[in-house]
Amino acid sequence: MTSRIGVIAYNTFREAVRDRVLYNLIVFALLMVASSFLFSQISIGIERLILVNLGLTAISVFGFVIATFIGIGLVSKEMEKRTLYTILSRPLGRWEFILGKFFGLAGTLVVNVFLMALGFFAALLFQVRHFEAHDGWLLIALYFIVLELVVITAIALLFSTYSSPLMSSVFTLAILIIGTFAEDLRAFAAMIDGFPRFIAMAAARLVPNFASLNVISSVAHGQSIAPSLIFYNTLYAVLYTGAALAGAILIFEHRNLK
Amino acid sequence: MAAIQTFALEKAYSVGFWRKRPKCALRPLTLTVEEGEIFGYLGPNGAGKTTTLKLLMGLMFPTSGSAKILDMDIGDRRMKALIGFQPEQPYFYDYLTAPELLNYYAQISGVPAGDRSRRVQAVLERVGLPDPGKVQLRKFSKGMLQRVGLAQAIIHDPKVVFLDEPMSGLDPIGRRDVRDLIQNLKDEGKTVFFSTHILSDAEALCDRVAVLNKGELRGVGVVADLTTRIQGRAEVIWQGPSAIPSLANLGCECHMIGDVGRTVVPDSLLDAVLETLRFKSATLVSVNPVRATLEDYFVERLSAEPVEVPQ
Repeated sequence: MTSRIGVIAYNTFREAVRDRVLYNLIVFALLMVASSFLFSQISIGIERLILVNLGLTAISVFGFVIATFIGIGLVSKEMEKRTLYTILSRPLGRWEFILGKFFGLAGTLVVNVFLMALGFFAALLFQVRHFEAHDGWLLIALYFIVLELVVITAIALLFSTYSSPLMSSVFTLAILIIGTFAEDLRAFAAMIDGFPRFIAMAAARLVPNFASLNVISSVAHGQSIAPSLIFYNTLYAVLYTGAALAGAILIFEHRNLK
Repeated sequence: MAAIQTFALEKAYSVGFWRKRPKCALRPLTLTVEEGEIFGYLGPNGAGKTTTLKLLMGLMFPTSGSAKILDMDIGDRRMKALIGFQPEQPYFYDYLTAPELLNYYAQISGVPAGDRSRRVQAVLERVGLPDPGKVQLRKFSKGMLQRVGLAQAIIHDPKVVFLDEPMSGLDPIGRRDVRDLIQNLKDEGKTVFFSTHILSDAEALCDRVAVLNKGELRGVGVVADLTTRIQGRAEVIWQGPSAIPSLANLGCECHMIGDVGRTVVPDSLLDAVLETLRFKSATLVSVNPVRATLEDYFVERLSAEPVEVPQ
């Protein structure tokens, strides 16, 4: 069972790599190096702040783009191209296929983030010449970015099991945008009454709260991250991902492949 | 033990956007395929052949009815390790090479790690791709992909092989190779169930055939019996052009190539035709009874009433 999930995951990773997804890293690394030169010229005293904000945001955005645009095709593309026919006619459960696909893309994203983080830290070192103790919190920010990407991958996979890549991308981007402003949506809900309040609060609770996973601004200012936030964010991401994957499996188990 | 059994297997869809209406892709199908036989599944486009295969492969779920392969339910994972499937016009992962793809399928099918490389090489040679190198599948021709499709269907040495239009996209040499491969599979004791449009292939290979039209089973027959049926007509070949007007007067349609003539006549006219040829001093070359072809059976069954196959 585990080995079959691993086989699907490895193949998903291999295809993503050969599809030149990881080449975006070169673009990113060049962007980081160029920005470090540029901002050292035009910023006085806040070079680090700008570089951390720019670097971590770039990692997050690149990751979201990869997670969304590969994630939405994970299942639907296989159905469209009919590559699924020769896989699901073998001794492989549909749920194993879904989990394999998920872990394959999650693995691709972790490698992406790792390599982009290397570029980011290289640029930071070039800029500030030495690391300080509070730079360790940057690793926590990167960990939260990975959690965000894992959640969005599971959501993209969920949409991919029942809609076309185009509709899946629309749905996933909508969830991503609403989730990014989930805190604002909750604040808005608190200000209104009646049925609209119920709708706004339900939407705010239903979409993933990406705002709580975004600590880029805090770590850019050298602020620490509470251990409880790390624990709850991890638990939240695991539960949300599990729920999205369970939904994807439930749909896919009953799907007719036409 | 039967290799494949279907029991009133049926598939209906809902079509239309606002006002859904049912469309029956496969009407209750009851069919048995014995172990070790090559079974041809014939029918025009849209007859329900691919739907049947998808139901048997677990890619679709039946509206009603059930099916068994090797006496196991079609949802049974143990059974899936014993079957191979080649879809029509197969697509694969573009960025893999043929050995990588086959290794991937072998892993999913549970082929032991120590056996995989040898199995991959052997099966590539068997389908006529002995040295595919490191060329990615996106650069393969349609015919080469068809051969890869066959290779993946047999990489795990299955007992029952399902092939959906296996000759599609192949040149004459490729078709002959696939015919030989299917025959070899039968010689090894495997059951082959394949759908095809190409009746000459089915006639050359199959032990039995089923004809499907508009989702309904129209007939099942033993190919040897079907093609030895005498149709009550005879083919007459002679030499010499002088008999043509007299034969035309008898109502015969004659074809001449050089001074050799050919006509096909009902048995009731045969004596009169032979007498005419003798009277006109033509040289009789041959007289043969006309036997039915699989095509005759196929065309006849397309317009026939649906059949219920006794089990």
